Amino acid sequence: MRYERPTTMKQASVLLTREKGSAFVLAGGTDLLVRMRTGFVEPDLVIDIKRIPATREITSAAGGFKIGAAVTGAELGEHAKLKKAWPGVVEAANLIGSKQVQGRCTMTGNLCNASPAADSVPALVAAGAKAVIVGPNGKRTIPVEQVPVAPGKTSLKKGEIIESIVLPQRPPRSGDAYLRFIPRTEMDIAVVGVGVSVTLDAKGVCTDARVSLGAVAPTVLLVPEAAKALIGTKIDKAALDALAKACSAACRPIDDKRGTREYRIKVAGVLARRAAQIARKRAAGNARDRAGGK
Amino acid sequence: MSNIHVRTKINGDVVEYVCEADETLLDVLRNRLGLTGAKEGCGTGDCGACSVTIDGRLTCSCLVLGAEADGSEIGTIEGMANGEQLHPLQRKFLEHAALQCGICTPGILVAAKALLEHNPKPTETEVRFGLAGNLCRCTGYDKIVRAVMDAAQEMRRA
Amino acid sequence: MPLDSTQQNKRDFKVVGTRPLRPDGIDKVTGRAKFGADATAPGMLVGRILRSPHAHARIKKIDTSKAEKLAGVKAVVTRADFPDKTDGDAALYDVLYNIMARDKALYEGHAVAAVAAVDARTARDALKLIKIDYEVLPHVTDVDAAMKPGAPVLHNTIFTDGVEPKPKKPSNIVRRYEFGHGDVEAGFKKADIIVERTFKTEATHQGYIEPHACLANVGPDGQGELWVCTQGHFMVRDTCARLLGMDISKLRVTASEIGGGFGGKTTVFIEPVALALSRKANRPVKVVMSRDEVFKASGPTASTSIDVKIGVTKAGRITAADATLRYQGGAFAGSPVEFGAMSTFACYDLENVRAIGYDVVTNRPKQAAYRAPGAPMAAFAVESVIEELAHKVGMTGIDFRIKNAAREGTKSSYGPTYGPIGLLPTLERAKQHPHFQAPLGPNQGRGMACGFWFNFGGQTCVSLNVNIDGTVALSVGTPDIGGSRASMCLMAAEELGIPYDKVRAIVADTSSLGYNDVTDGSRTTFATGMATILAARDAIKKLTARAAQIWGIEPDAVTWEKGYAKPAGANAGNFPPLSIAEIAAQAGATGGPIAGHHEYSADGAGVSFATHICDAEVDPETGATKIVRYTVLQDAGKAVHPSYVEGQFQGGAVQGIGWALNEEYIYGKDGRLQNAGFLDYRIPVCSDLPMIDTVILEIPNPGHPYGVRGVGETSIVPPLATIANAVSAAAGVRLTSLPMSPPKILAALDRKAAAE
Repeated sequence: MRYERPTTMKQASVLLTREKGSAFVLAGGTDLLVRMRTGFVEPDLVIDIKRIPATREITSAAGGFKIGAAVTGAELGEHAKLKKAWPGVVEAANLIGSKQVQGRCTMTGNLCNASPAADSVPALVAAGAKAVIVGPNGKRTIPVEQVPVAPGKTSLKKGEIIESIVLPQRPPRSGDAYLRFIPRTEMDIAVVGVGVSVTLDAKGVCTDARVSLGAVAPTVLLVPEAAKALIGTKIDKAALDALAKACSAACRPIDDKRGTREYRIKVAGVLARRAAQIARKRAAGNARDRAGGK
Repeated sequence: MSNIHVRTKINGDVVEYVCEADETLLDVLRNRLGLTGAKEGCGTGDCGACSVTIDGRLTCSCLVLGAEADGSEIGTIEGMANGEQLHPLQRKFLEHAALQCGICTPGILVAAKALLEHNPKPTETEVRFGLAGNLCRCTGYDKIVRAVMDAAQEMRRA
Repeated sequence: MPLDSTQQNKRDFKVVGTRPLRPDGIDKVTGRAKFGADATAPGMLVGRILRSPHAHARIKKIDTSKAEKLAGVKAVVTRADFPDKTDGDAALYDVLYNIMARDKALYEGHAVAAVAAVDARTARDALKLIKIDYEVLPHVTDVDAAMKPGAPVLHNTIFTDGVEPKPKKPSNIVRRYEFGHGDVEAGFKKADIIVERTFKTEATHQGYIEPHACLANVGPDGQGELWVCTQGHFMVRDTCARLLGMDISKLRVTASEIGGGFGGKTTVFIEPVALALSRKANRPVKVVMSRDEVFKASGPTASTSIDVKIGVTKAGRITAADATLRYQGGAFAGSPVEFGAMSTFACYDLENVRAIGYDVVTNRPKQAAYRAPGAPMAAFAVESVIEELAHKVGMTGIDFRIKNAAREGTKSSYGPTYGPIGLLPTLERAKQHPHFQAPLGPNQGRGMACGFWFNFGGQTCVSLNVNIDGTVALSVGTPDIGGSRASMCLMAAEELGIPYDKVRAIVADTSSLGYNDVTDGSRTTFATGMATILAARDAIKKLTARAAQIWGIEPDAVTWEKGYAKPAGANAGNFPPLSIAEIAAQAGATGGPIAGHHEYSADGAGVSFATHICDAEVDPETGATKIVRYTVLQDAGKAVHPSYVEGQFQGGAVQGIGWALNEEYIYGKDGRLQNAGFLDYRIPVCSDLPMIDTVILEIPNPGHPYGVRGVGETSIVPPLATIANAVSAAAGVRLTSLPMSPPKILAALDRKAAAE
């Protein structure tokens, strides 16, 4: 195995493109090293991107935020402006693993590992996040929900690396939340994950919403029917019931060692209800514009 | 397999080593540097027995390549005491009998130290969540939490 | 042997019962303590074991030729390197078969070959080069399925023992046990209310954080050294020597510090293989299990299927109790069903009682002891039914148990009649405990249960040497898994009347001390403690004899008091007392080194009872269960070091909490373990738990000089039912299968809602 530490994204992309064997990008390593240890992968080349300065930074971008690919969960949790604008995204990222894992893990890694149960992904999808991809043919930007295509597989082509994740500008009276179900209180892979983002008008009526489900299908789900259940309502009991129903209906889960089909379908609805209520409360508390920036 | 030359600092001392590209920092500490305080309980970041700090951040050393330590500062259990003087956490663990077999103790002490450095006045809940990444099978965590809270109080008074 | 039991309750202990710092403490908080994987040796090789990917397969051919040729490989071993030297000892043969598969691989993870190479990468690559020809066979992992006719049979040498007539066809049912007395059929006829239920529990693992590890070093002269984390290094020595055809005296085993055992390290797994590799390579070989291997190839406890039937009168008196327990112990005989059956009804005073147990084999790893082996599952079943019965006759759980509790003079369900025991005291104390009166919040419920464990004695040997400065070197032979060295020092200091820190205890290696049984059965503070006390008294005899010699008087004219030899009375002479240091300083001139020792097979271990109380909160929409409050009340006889007694109470209770809520072995249809890691084998984490309150009761055990009863195991017996009863109270549904994971609870709640 070889280990390289490029100092620019371009270099990293070139290394990836040229490698004839198996090449992996290393940011936090909290998924890659586990897969190496358990024998799932035997990389010929590991490309450590942490020496590329832009990957370590959170910057303001077009009123939103640009989060470098190697920004850790711990760093996200310490960024006051980001937490204020996107509490759901940050709390989701901070649920990944333990404090030890938080010291290293990244949302980009979480996204690219393409586990159906990834914690940060439903929150990113609900937030309308986009992934900025650098590759041999230049840069392209796609919604994050287009990155994972199957468990363990992404849509990235050979030589492509995600450079950053971009969160859009937040309209006033917006709030997001992420909830997951795990059997213990920490350390578990999500049995169900729900990310909800809402925007309200001055009267408290929901004008925009995005609802995303994790761990209930081969990839993360964006559920338009669930959003429709909230838009135009004050997110009252009837709307929440409709929301829960739409989420349960959208699930395509499996029975596995972490949960049963029926359990996931039911709890998706329960968590959607709870997450929407938290998001609404946060939105109502954010009357002023929340622009991004350091 | 290519070998990587690494220059790093461990517990304040400059250390250089050569390791294989796929060797973990845990393997390097234990097998090349004789620092066996960090333990392998699982090798996959689920138990925290290998906890160290990297540039002040609490981490599982089994999830870090030895190569990645280049240019960083590593903190291990071996650097926790100040010569003969134990760290208050170490003393309180002994006073409270917060260890039975002791295998998880180095990792928990490193994690507790990092916790208190970030949050000198944690509640019991904050201590429990702060240590959730460190498995202990002997104690049921009760005396560990008491020892950490007691050490935090002593450290605040100092 | 003579014990002064009348003095026990009145004795004013000077150091026993205090909480000094443990002698190995500094090493453990600084990372200096050396555990199994922490040793190295010059020229050391890395040993790795190849394991069967199949749950059941005939091993037709093993080809290691390519592996042997790989550069850096220094030895390869297979079944061919383990000729059968067990000489008709069936249990030892099973160990031999388990550590290296013979004609069949009997579980996924069963060792089939091993290599020793210059580094880990080479060892890993060498394993890949070993070609094994498997003929995959049908497998069975469920205990009830394994008992059915037509189930795949693991051993065609097993014909069920204990049934009449003896079966003509082999099966997976090794043996039937039966315990009890009276006439249960007649007893049920007298009952006004009968409850009959079936329970199932999944297999769990002891979950010690330290994987098995050892460093073997066998020289060309056939002498061997082994460094190993174990609960019993004498057992390791004797087992490995016999398996490898070595004289026992030629193998010297040192017990490292041990990172948890709970019974799982009372046998051998990798040690004979490491020694065989070292012998073949003529170099030291280190073998360390990965966490995956620990789950797949060490010794989890049994999964079980248990039927319980209990009948009571309207007034709440049990008239009959009957249980059938089916335990699978993995691929070889020896599930803990015998202990399970014996302990099932041990808490109760019963006229008519019967417990039948079946020991069953399945294609799973060979079980090893797990803290009160066999008892927690049985208690889960019985204490759940007891709770139901209590409610049916309109009594509280605690009053019902008090009414039917075993006490001194009760004939136990497993045979012996109880002497003074602590069950009623724990129940009565529980009733008074503030936990019982505390208010409950929404979705919260309270449960309680009782538990019992036998505790054991065993072969024990202690040597106590007095140094010329009057300090004491204590050599014990039972590895310290919970702080026992501190307790031994306390007991020696107490007897000798010297300060605690003047005694230093070590766990001696097998060449330095006589045989000691493993650290298990909650026996260490009891048996090694008693041996320490008697060794100290032996030393005192010699010290007083030396003083007599110095003074020129008769030995029986000298007494020992608070660390000093004194003339027994005014008639003996007017000599100022001699301290232990003063006597020891003259040892060379008065006859040589001064030492005491004791070697025996300890008996008189006292049984230990506990009552647990738990408040649980169940989220009715998700089935998530939170433990809100937990209290352990247990009889310790005499708490030598109260902090370590509390630690045992708390640790056992938390293992029980994990077992009740989340821990289980999950097998796929292919017979392979799906959750062989700490991610999906979910032991409790710090944030899952509240503080665990403890109450130590002391009803002295007449069989020990200080009244000590073992404490390590009883604490894992009540939690499973305590939590089941709390969840039942909180959610209104009773679960009869463990673990009570959220999907199961939610499904039960849904069924209840649908029925209403």
